Amino acid sequence: MSRPVSYNLIQKPLESDLSMAELPEGHMGDGFFATSLSKVVGLARKNSIWPLPFATSCCGIEFMATMGSHYDLSRFGSERVGFSPRQCDLLMVMGTIAKKMGPVVKQVYLQMAEPRWVIAVGACASSGGIFDTYSVLQGIDQVIPVDVYVPGCPPRPEAIIDGVMRIQDLVEKESIRRRDSEPYRALLESYGIQ
Amino acid sequence: MTLTYEYIQQQLREKFGEQVGSFDTPYGMLTFEAPKDINLKVLNFLYDEPTLQFRFLTDLTAVHYPDQPGRELAVVYHLHNLTANVRIRFKVFTDIRTPEVYTATGLFSAANWMERETYDFFGVHFLGHPNLKRILNVDEMDYFPLRKEYPLEDQTRIDKDDAMFGRG
Repeated sequence: MSRPVSYNLIQKPLESDLSMAELPEGHMGDGFFATSLSKVVGLARKNSIWPLPFATSCCGIEFMATMGSHYDLSRFGSERVGFSPRQCDLLMVMGTIAKKMGPVVKQVYLQMAEPRWVIAVGACASSGGIFDTYSVLQGIDQVIPVDVYVPGCPPRPEAIIDGVMRIQDLVEKESIRRRDSEPYRALLESYGIQ
Repeated sequence: MTLTYEYIQQQLREKFGEQVGSFDTPYGMLTFEAPKDINLKVLNFLYDEPTLQFRFLTDLTAVHYPDQPGRELAVVYHLHNLTANVRIRFKVFTDIRTPEVYTATGLFSAANWMERETYDFFGVHFLGHPNLKRILNVDEMDYFPLRKEYPLEDQTRIDKDDAMFGRG
């Protein structure tokens, strides 16, 4: 006769039935809440990032685990992986980028609409990794600007999630005027964009 | 009759005399060389001769020997007789200042890609090749990376500390 197997001896109730994002700083009273537009936009963007996976090797396999039910990136509002750069906010470059692939990465980046973020996952995407050789791009920051680097060869899913959370931090705190600012223009200019 | 290395060597000697030489069997495979001007004649002879029938080009590559002045680049052909299942290795040597060798694309279609690759990495100019341009490396590359005067590591980085990589 089969018996029900229970692994959790102590029943833990959910903290609440609804999982809510934290309120940004602001003034609250009866029936109103006032805050700055940047904070509201940041809050909305932060919890609905659409990632675009650019997976070329083993780090991509780790990302598949990150997307799976065990690690579950959807807890951070990023379950909707888009495969069109035009719809996505976050370019996740995972794996070795050969020099011949460099222009492809750049083109994908150019096809994304502003605001856009880039995360370099793993040693190869961040610095060329062990492939210190004539045919491999020594870090994707040679062709596009990168917001967050995740170290590891390959990084564990926890590390990738940590990287995504750091991107969320950046997204939340970013001013809605940043993309029009002079330093940002200069940054793109240094990569020969626009 | 089985196709023996002695027979192949004897046939080549009869046809080309002293022009073919350096017969050896490193790693158990018959290897010989010829002057680069007659590489097509040798390949054609090996292809057409009814008792030899080397009609499959398994590999074509180059080797750089910086210590051999006047014959720095070796172009290596690996040939296979499919009916007798016999393989041989054929080399021609060339000066690195005039790395010009006649193309084998007229005889083997497979030579097209392999000669482009050999050009890409070693800079061997295959005279008469229909489309001799880079195939694997980026088009902007201005050197031939597998020649030994170029270091293997990427030369564009300045922030990689040799001591951290066990090279210092």
